[in-house]
Amino acid sequence: MNAPVKIETTLKDWETDQEVRWCPGCGDYAILKAVQRTLPKIGADPANTVFISGIGCSSRFPYYMETYGFHTIHGRAPAVATGVKLANPELDIWLVTGDGDGLSIGGNHMMHVLRRNVDMQIMLFNNEIYGLTKGQYSPTSRVGTPSPSTPRGSVDAPANPCAFALGSGARFVARGFDVSKKLPEVLIAAHEHRGAAFIEIFQNCIVYNKDVFDDFAAPKGAEDRQLWLEDGEPMLFGSEKTGGVKGLRLNTDTLSFEVVEVADGDWQAAGVRVHDTKNRVIAHLLAELPFGPYPMAMGVLYDDPAPTFSDGMIAEREAATKGKEANLAKLLQSGQTWTVDGTAQDPV
Amino acid sequence: MASAADTRPPETAGAAPDSVVVRFAGDSGDGMQLTGGQFTLSTALAGNDLATFPDFPAEIRAPQGTLFGVSAFQINFGSRSINTAGDAPDVLIAMNPAALKVNLPALKPGGLVIADTGEFTKRNLDKAKYDANPLEDDTLAKYQVLAFDISALTIEAVKPFGLGNKDALRSKNMWTLGLALWMFDRSREPLHAWLKQKFAKKPDIADANIAALDAGHAYGETAELSGPLKQTHIGPVKSEPGLYRTITGAEAVSLGLVAGAQLAELPMFFGGYPITPASAILHHLARLKEYGVTTFQAEDEIAAICAAIGASYAGSLGVTSSSGPGIALKTEAMGLAIMVELPLVIVNSQRGGPSTGLPTKTEQSDLYQAVYGRNGDAPMPVIACRSPSDAFDCAIEATRIATQYMTPVMLLTDGYIANAAEPWKVPDPAQFAPFPARFKDSLAEGEDFAPYARDEKGARPWVKPGTPGLMHRVGGIEKHATTGNIDYSPDNHQAMTDARAKKVLGVEVPEQDVALGEAGGKLAVVGWGSTYGPIRQAVRRAREKGHDVAQIHVRHIWPLPANLGELLRSFDRVLVPEMNTGQFKTVLRDQFLVDAESLTKTSGQPFQIAELEAAIARYFDGIDGNEGGEVEVNEQQLPNLEAGHDDGSYSDAPFHGEGAVPSGTDTDSEAVNQ
Repeated sequence: MNAPVKIETTLKDWETDQEVRWCPGCGDYAILKAVQRTLPKIGADPANTVFISGIGCSSRFPYYMETYGFHTIHGRAPAVATGVKLANPELDIWLVTGDGDGLSIGGNHMMHVLRRNVDMQIMLFNNEIYGLTKGQYSPTSRVGTPSPSTPRGSVDAPANPCAFALGSGARFVARGFDVSKKLPEVLIAAHEHRGAAFIEIFQNCIVYNKDVFDDFAAPKGAEDRQLWLEDGEPMLFGSEKTGGVKGLRLNTDTLSFEVVEVADGDWQAAGVRVHDTKNRVIAHLLAELPFGPYPMAMGVLYDDPAPTFSDGMIAEREAATKGKEANLAKLLQSGQTWTVDGTAQDPV
Repeated sequence: MASAADTRPPETAGAAPDSVVVRFAGDSGDGMQLTGGQFTLSTALAGNDLATFPDFPAEIRAPQGTLFGVSAFQINFGSRSINTAGDAPDVLIAMNPAALKVNLPALKPGGLVIADTGEFTKRNLDKAKYDANPLEDDTLAKYQVLAFDISALTIEAVKPFGLGNKDALRSKNMWTLGLALWMFDRSREPLHAWLKQKFAKKPDIADANIAALDAGHAYGETAELSGPLKQTHIGPVKSEPGLYRTITGAEAVSLGLVAGAQLAELPMFFGGYPITPASAILHHLARLKEYGVTTFQAEDEIAAICAAIGASYAGSLGVTSSSGPGIALKTEAMGLAIMVELPLVIVNSQRGGPSTGLPTKTEQSDLYQAVYGRNGDAPMPVIACRSPSDAFDCAIEATRIATQYMTPVMLLTDGYIANAAEPWKVPDPAQFAPFPARFKDSLAEGEDFAPYARDEKGARPWVKPGTPGLMHRVGGIEKHATTGNIDYSPDNHQAMTDARAKKVLGVEVPEQDVALGEAGGKLAVVGWGSTYGPIRQAVRRAREKGHDVAQIHVRHIWPLPANLGELLRSFDRVLVPEMNTGQFKTVLRDQFLVDAESLTKTSGQPFQIAELEAAIARYFDGIDGNEGGEVEVNEQQLPNLEAGHDDGSYSDAPFHGEGAVPSGTDTDSEAVNQ
């Protein structure tokens, strides 16, 4: 993030005149609206905002934002965005990528933009499928996913985007999903974080992987299946109406979470853990909580800022240029030189 | 090269030599590149014209004493204009048996071998695959030989400094340099000063090296009395007055890019990834941050170019650099730069290919890749530099075209240019006309912003993100001819393809001149890139024999100069020597329907003058009414088909290659990547 001056805008100011070309019912529409709602809330300046994307359904995003936009090539958006940020650190950059773009063909760049901590918001739309190429399984598809390229179901283990981000050194990792009302809050938190902020957004591909996230994203029973994390708040989910409030307790012997019942709202008695967004180890546990026995951890899993790449580059440049004069004529004459006079007989 | 006047009397046989070729050869650990580099500096300071050919293995520290661990440095210097590092050495300094074995075939018959007998041990002879000591049998019968124990003499010279034998022997290269300085009547003072500076924190080591240098020098004086060693004085070359320095191609590209960015009034962003032989440009620029240069070592070649494109998008001059395999990885991103029409300079320091190929050897085989090697109709200007000093001007030219036409530009250099040094008349930056980049930052009254509207040059407006009111989207997907919005319609793609092609073909490039000779003769020898030097000398010699031959050297590979076709057609025959299998020849035939013929070489070695002379002579031998007569060709230097190498080099050595003078480093080899 980087918006020193807050600008008054409305949702309409962020819409382009372009016809949105996603399939009707695609989760991308909801994410687009969430972003367009979020930007006025944070006082972002459209002229100072740049959306950069790779290739895939999600990567059409920039065309629908009335900001600067760069639809690059498959997987390379993090590298392009790194160059944009280094050339002008004042710009507020949003990266839009998908599970194929960001973790398969562009996995290498994703790792490096995170470890370098280049200041930008990275929205990875995870629909667990290649949509734009008509439905092949992706690096986040669950084992057994049938697709044109895996007619008998996929056999390789999927990648976990948040675990990948943490493993790459990300200093901000969050989760949300397309139609969630809480998505703008997650986006705002990401924007407030200085450095690379990684947000996995589960996104429903209604054509090739319809409702694949319904097990936790469907409104019915959502309370039991989603754990919304808040810094300094206990890790609670469920409700009295749906069969009881539950919480996560850390078993320090096995270094793993256990689901515990919370009676009468006394989470302390149940030993429920309070979320600390600066605890990297806990963030790893939350990212890898197996869904089913556990709820899906949502919201800000980890947020612990560190020096950003552009800050480091600027400081390095200042140190390197301190007291030095940029005199091209002198530079050209550097090294050992000699002169030839008019008669060229006496080199010095 | 740039400094020397081209009009001068022809060489006269029998007179004192006006040029000499010396090759220093030793083990990778012997410091031959350092020795050569310092000898080059002394030679430049003495006012000679010169050209060098650093020649080192791909391995960082090859096993000692082996044939593939040999590192060599060749220098051609003279009181006349020098364009090449010389065909065959007059003097070979061999620090061990392997160095002798690898380099002897190149030595001129009657040339002088200086060998360190201290290294010609049974063990080293075995490693060099010598059955018997070549210093003691008739192996060197046709050469002059000066063999003595340089190792022992060095140990003796540095004894007062209390160094162990191993450390003492590290000064062997300075002892040898001292001898070379004496042989060519060079001042030792700059070397003394340099050693004191280099070892400022270790005065003992500085003194030991100075003592070794002086001892080598003194040895020359003594040896002159009895042996084949004679002191030779090569006078200064007639040069244009001015300030001079030596420069390598990698330095010149770096400085030219800095100058170009200043002329365009832009900060520069350089994205690179380590690769031989292009890394030197990244290293040079990383030290020039005060000139508004940001250098970024990316995670891979693709990220390096993509970050540069991102920087250009944000309003900097984006630059990336690599060598063949890395350029291949950047290909898709080049297409993106073409599609979004942003300035970008791509430097390709060509090396032998395909694939990893010959990392430390030179070749010109990326011309197709540069001109044609992208998906879709993806036109891009291509410029090729002919020499280290020319690389400076070419880098400025590439920057000018990129920023004025909103297009990526490829600048072709090669391993030879990147690493070779030559004297350079330092230009005054004020002599270059500025070409400030223009950013669109506002709309005229009633103007609808059209990101792809074109100016008279076909260039679209450059708008920095952050500019109020001009928000727009760009991308690699086909876009509407003015609005830039996604548009796949047939007429639009036709119009955009045409517009991209027209813009690049419309890039203003200077008329093609004749480098040597006149238009309309019997034979044009057409070159591009680093073949300039040997072609120039070969054509000059052929013209002195009376042949009607001219040299044409093409800098602008794409678009080609408008008059080039007509110029080529004015000659009866057209010969295109290239260090590839005939790529530029194919382009010329395609573009101009001229019957261009190829002379190709893909040994990883530059052309020798004699090879080109022989090729030119064949034309005149076969042409009716030829009155030029025979050209003298040294048969020793013609392609040696038996050995399988056409440079006469030793055929069993997998690597005995060439490479950079890594200034300030002690290792003679260069890292190989990919």
